[in-house]
Amino acid sequence: MMTQMNEQKNEMEISFDAVSQNESFARVAVAAFVTHLNPTMEEIDDVRTAVSEAVTNAIIHGYEKRDCGKVYLHCRLKGDVLQIEVMDKGKGIENIERAMEPLFTTRPDLDRSGMGFAFMEAFMDDLEVESEVGKGTTIRMTKKLGSSAWVDSED
Amino acid sequence: MEEFQVINNYLMIKLPEEVDHHQATTICKKADHYILQQNVSNVVFDFEDTKFMDSSGIGIIMGRYRKISCFGGKVYAIHMDKKMERMFDMAGLNKIVEVLE
Ligand SMILES: Nc1ncnc2c1ncn2[C@@H]1O[C@H](COP(=O)(O)OP(=O)(O)O)[C@@H](O)[C@H]1O
Ligand SMILES: [Mg+2]
Repeated sequence: MMTQMNEQKNEMEISFDAVSQNESFARVAVAAFVTHLNPTMEEIDDVRTAVSEAVTNAIIHGYEKRDCGKVYLHCRLKGDVLQIEVMDKGKGIENIERAMEPLFTTRPDLDRSGMGFAFMEAFMDDLEVESEVGKGTTIRMTKKLGSSAWVDSED
Repeated sequence: MEEFQVINNYLMIKLPEEVDHHQATTICKKADHYILQQNVSNVVFDFEDTKFMDSSGIGIIMGRYRKISCFGGKVYAIHMDKKMERMFDMAGLNKIVEVLE
């Protein structure tokens, strides 16, 4: 019961230009946002991979590398659950189901592997994709962090 | 920074600390230059310095494999960690890349 009352909440929101230098910036920002939860190295690395995939997709597919849009990154912490939203106002996805198939890519010419969505799905607990052609794409992912959290709840 | 070295018929690529899309663009360009100009037929990817990789790393390897395999070349990978191996397996790269020790 106590754990419920003390459940921590935290939120952060940033937006940045859709340029490839900001891929590492986004990973660092999210990793820093969750450090106080003492996540394991694996958890942090999984989150960094997922953020990198979603942000890279916004830059190269959403805005098609035209360097003329913003990527919106929104993180929420509810207790030890991290929720990440990555949004772009780019071209949108025509067929979401097909886009999410492993190895499917519309840009093999750019040396893309088609594994982005597969990795987001594998390394996070939950993944949701919302997209409208001509309007943009929103990726929502969640992951429970800090495998050591059970220590508090010995009531 | 990534490093390139040609030994006999082999192009050795030491990948940078972070292999993402931003880094991948230059790595692919440089690697293809060596493959075409110096006639190397095999490529070795060395992950010793690499602490982070996303699906862009998988794309680098798939693309180079496509370029050299039609001439009978092979692709090798060394110093991968557990997570990289898992990513390799998920993408089916373990079937086309020889993973060394
Ligand atoms: N934000 C986005 N905007 C538009 N299209 C997208 C977006 N994200 C993904 N896609 C589409 O989904 C496909 C699969 O994405 P992904 O699994 O990350 O593979 P890759 O990025 O290697 O192509 C992309 O090739 C692209 O066509
Ligand atoms: Mg992708």
